[in-house]
Order: sequence, then C-alpha cells, then structure tokens
Amino acid sequence: MTLLELTEVGKSYGAVRALEGVSLEVAEGRISCVLGDNGAGKSTLIKIIAGLHQHDEGRYLIAGDEVRLGSPRQALDRGIATVYQDLAVVPLMPVWRNFFLGAELGSFRLDIPRMRSIAREALARMGIELRDVDRPIGTLSGGQRQCVAIARAVHFGARALVLDEPTAALGVKQSGVVLKYVAAARDAGLGVVLITHNPHHAYLVGDHFTLLKRGRMAGSHPRSGISLEQLTTEMAGGSDLAELSHELGRSDPKERPPT
Amino acid sequence: MSAPQDVLTDTGPVRHRHHSRPELGALLAAVAVFLFFSVVAESFLRPASIGTVLYAASTIGIMAVPVALLMIGGEFDLSAGVAVTTTALTSSMISYQLTAITWVGVLVSLAVALGIGSLNGWLLARTGLPSFIVTLGTFLMLTGANLGVTKLVSGTVSTKPIGDMQGFASCHWLFASQFTVGGLTLKATVWWWLGLVVLGSWILLRTRFGNWIFAVGGDAAAARAVGVPVARTKTCLYLGVGFCAWVLGQHLLFSFDTVQSGEGVGNELIYIVAAVIGGCLITGGYGSVVGSALGALIFGMTSKGIVYAQWNPDWFKFFLGAMLLLAALLNSYVKRRAERGPGR
Repeated sequence: MTLLELTEVGKSYGAVRALEGVSLEVAEGRISCVLGDNGAGKSTLIKIIAGLHQHDEGRYLIAGDEVRLGSPRQALDRGIATVYQDLAVVPLMPVWRNFFLGAELGSFRLDIPRMRSIAREALARMGIELRDVDRPIGTLSGGQRQCVAIARAVHFGARALVLDEPTAALGVKQSGVVLKYVAAARDAGLGVVLITHNPHHAYLVGDHFTLLKRGRMAGSHPRSGISLEQLTTEMAGGSDLAELSHELGRSDPKERPPT
Repeated sequence: MSAPQDVLTDTGPVRHRHHSRPELGALLAAVAVFLFFSVVAESFLRPASIGTVLYAASTIGIMAVPVALLMIGGEFDLSAGVAVTTTALTSSMISYQLTAITWVGVLVSLAVALGIGSLNGWLLARTGLPSFIVTLGTFLMLTGANLGVTKLVSGTVSTKPIGDMQGFASCHWLFASQFTVGGLTLKATVWWWLGLVVLGSWILLRTRFGNWIFAVGGDAAAARAVGVPVARTKTCLYLGVGFCAWVLGQHLLFSFDTVQSGEGVGNELIYIVAAVIGGCLITGGYGSVVGSALGALIFGMTSKGIVYAQWNPDWFKFFLGAMLLLAALLNSYVKRRAERGPGR
C-alpha cells in the first residue's frame, strides 16, 4: 500500500526555486532513497514531507488523502515521523525524556516510572541496551542517537519514517549499525524515505532510487533498473564528471602559466 | 536482533546521576556561606536574624522561580524587576482612584501582570528577536510608564496611602502578614516562596509542560520538529513571570502602604544571578527551581550576614559577583561534560 505520494511537487523561497517537479512514492515495507548533492533540494523535500514547509505546486498525498501540512504535529498525527541528521534530539535532556518528547505519557502529570521502563524496553527491542536512560542523550555517540530516534519513531506507531542523512556524520561501523535499524524498521512494515548523498549506503538497503539535482529530478529508478556502478556514476555527476575528468586530464603541469 | 557490543551497549559505569542535579553546586555553596557567617557573625543564628535572612531571600526567591524556569526555557526577562513595581502601582492607583475595595486593584493588577507576560511572549514569537532585546524594550517602557503614569495620577513619584481603605486588612493578611513560631518571625512572602518553589519544581520535573520547558531551551528546533508548541511554551513561562511579579508587587504594596514608582530597576539582574547560582545555564535547557531557591538563600544570607558581621555592606555586591562567575563557570563545565560525555 502506498503511504506517501508526491506528484510534481515544487517549492519556491521568494525568487529562488528550491524544488521543481519532484515525484516520489513510498510504500509499506519499502525503502525509497533520495540521493542528491549539497543544494540539490533534499532538505526542502524533507521539510515539505515533515510539515515544516508547505509545497507551492503539485500534490502531496498521505495514504491517498491530499494534504498541505501546516506543522510537524500534523505530519506526526498522520504517521509521518522524521529523524533529522542534527536535530533529532535535545542533547542535555535524559534519554527517556527525549524518547517521549512531544508524546509524553500522562495527561498533565508525567508517568515517569512507566516512561523510563517503556523507553528502556523499546530501545532493547531495537537492540540498544542502555543501562541508564537518565543520562543526557548528548553523551551517546552519533550512531546511538540516530538509533534512539528511529526506535522512538517505530515505538510511536509511525507508518512512514523519513531519515535525513542518517549516516552522514558516522564512521563505517556505526553507519552499518544504523542501516541495520533502517532495515529493521522496514521489516516492521514501515515505509522509509532514506535521504543520503552516499550511493553505497543507499544501495545496501534501497528498493527505489530518486536522484535530485539543483532542485529537479535527475532520475528515478527501481532497484532492478540500476546497478550500484550506475548509481554511483549518476550520483558522482554522470556526464558532468566525464567532462570534469576530460578537463582535468588536459591540464599538463608544464603548460600551466607560471604563478 | 543483536548489535555489536561496543557500539550500542552502555558499557560505562553509571556515573551520570549527578547530571540530573544542577543544584548541587548551589547546595554546597549555601552550606559554606551558612557555616561561614555562623562563625564570623555571632548574631547570625538568632531566630530574629534567621527571620530577616529568610525574608530577604523570599523577596528575591519568589521571582527567581519563574525567572529560572524561563532561563531553562532559553529566554530572559529583563522587565521582571520593574514589572513588580508596575503591579504594585496599578493595584494601588486603581483602588484609590475608584475608591473601590483593594481587591479590585489586586485583581486588575493581576490582569496587567499577565498582560505584560503575554506581551513579552507575543513579541518574542512574532518578531523572532532575542528575548534580551525584546524585554530590554519592555523594561525601559515600563520604567518610564511607572514614573510617568504615577506623576500624572498622583502628582508625585509615589502613590497615595491606601492603608485605611476597605479590603486592605484581608489583602494585607494574604500578602504581607507575619507570624511568630518559637521566636522565629516568618513573613507571608516566605510561604509564597516555598509554595512557588514546590509548584515550580513539580511542574518542571514531573509534568509534560516541564518536559517542554527543557526542550525549548535545550534545542528549540528539535522540540518544534517533534511537535512541541515552542511559542506557546515560552509565552506560558512569561505568564509565570507576570504572575510572580504580581505576588511580590502586592506584597510590597500591602506591607508599605505606598509605592515608590522608581523602584525595581536592577532587581531583574539579581533574579537572574540567583537562577544562575542555582545551576541554570545562560543558554537554556538546564537548571533547577530548587537551585534558584538556594541562589536566593545565598543572596539573603550574604546580604544580611555582612551586616550581622558588622562589615562594610559595600562588599556584598563584590561577593555576589564573584559567586556568579564561579557558578557560571561550574555550569558551563557541567554542560560540556553532559554534551560531550565523560572520557570522550
């Protein structure tokens, strides 16, 4: 079943066209990767999906209903959870407070013992064993923080998970761990939008690949329609790269004017 | 599913508990100050002196509670000091001019106090300017309005006495009474202070709203992204400052009968000092209401202790400033540890 569907979506900031004619589809139990360089429009796309910004053109459907989201709360209420690269959590707050932030237990008074134990259990189910959920989340490693944020989204019944560069700041080993949790979320039946600039990470888990370039779609391929080599080449710039290598190849040090 | 042990298992010893106690430094400092003046000032431990110290602490502490909550929420309120005077002036002038029972003035001034709070919160949310600038603006406006309106209405810089007006006795009982237990005279402000500390601490640590306070101060963008109403949370905190300014303003009115319109300037910084000594980070997201009470207590003990020790009271501010610097250093050290994690 299709959870999220964007058709020819566009967004302008004043005179700047940040996004134009982008289409994307995410189904249950599928990982749809969005690849693009810096400034390709990935973060604008995320903000539209997450409800931080509204799109100006095109259609945005959640579970078949056309929406224009006014706030992140509305996205969350419709089962769209977004895990941001840098602002997934509040560093100085304990793990359990972060886990329940915005979805606290108890009408006004917090049910703290239950919140602590649920946070611990939900993390353990995802394979994250934290002895002390009272420690500030800022003391966890980057990979651990991402995993806590993913576990949080899974626990709160998200149907679609949007991940913004979850592996960007991580080493090889921690990236692998995070991707395992992404796969675990997929296996739990969630639809995942994985936004990244790393084709290798995308190809490890992705079912569909959408490429963005300067705010426009530069390609949309199912996994069966593209190899890792092709994906890497497209991501690295495709024809631009060939041209660049041509230019670089020509510059002979001897011909360079003295500086 | 299993994860590599070294990546996702919390292998370090449980030694982070102290992070949840931002007021620890203030507690040690309060004990040290208490012991120090107990030794150097022989009259410090007399019941009368303790009552005086607690009264001085309470007049700061009542405001330090909401100011600390606001700082944990990541904002300042420089108008907090003069807002106290504004509420006292409003209450007095309304009752006097309308020849109404004093409760009318009390209630109207509560509305004014909450109005100032919501104005600060609204300006902050709408303009996106730093709260330092927004409340510096309202601070100056209130300072001017306090003097200007009082001179217009009363012809002088102070209000007319309202001690003989109807309702004064019951208002005086609520805001300015005192009673003596075993030689220790406690003013009403001490009870208000205790009540506000308990309430404020409970809200901060045990409620959903308290979770939001930490979040909007710690990282407003992250809080917004998970659905926390950031602007509403901050506006509520400003309303809290307004409410407490009203409590203290009514105390000043009903214990002194008249109000000087130029009062209150500079107190806003003392409230902030108490909050910082109590463990609040200037940058928000971390702090304690109980700590703010300890900060106010240190203020009370020092300001009166220096007098009981028969020293030159000029040194009080010097001491307070040194205390503030030490506390701010300690807080930023704690923050760095909390963010980076020990041994990393």
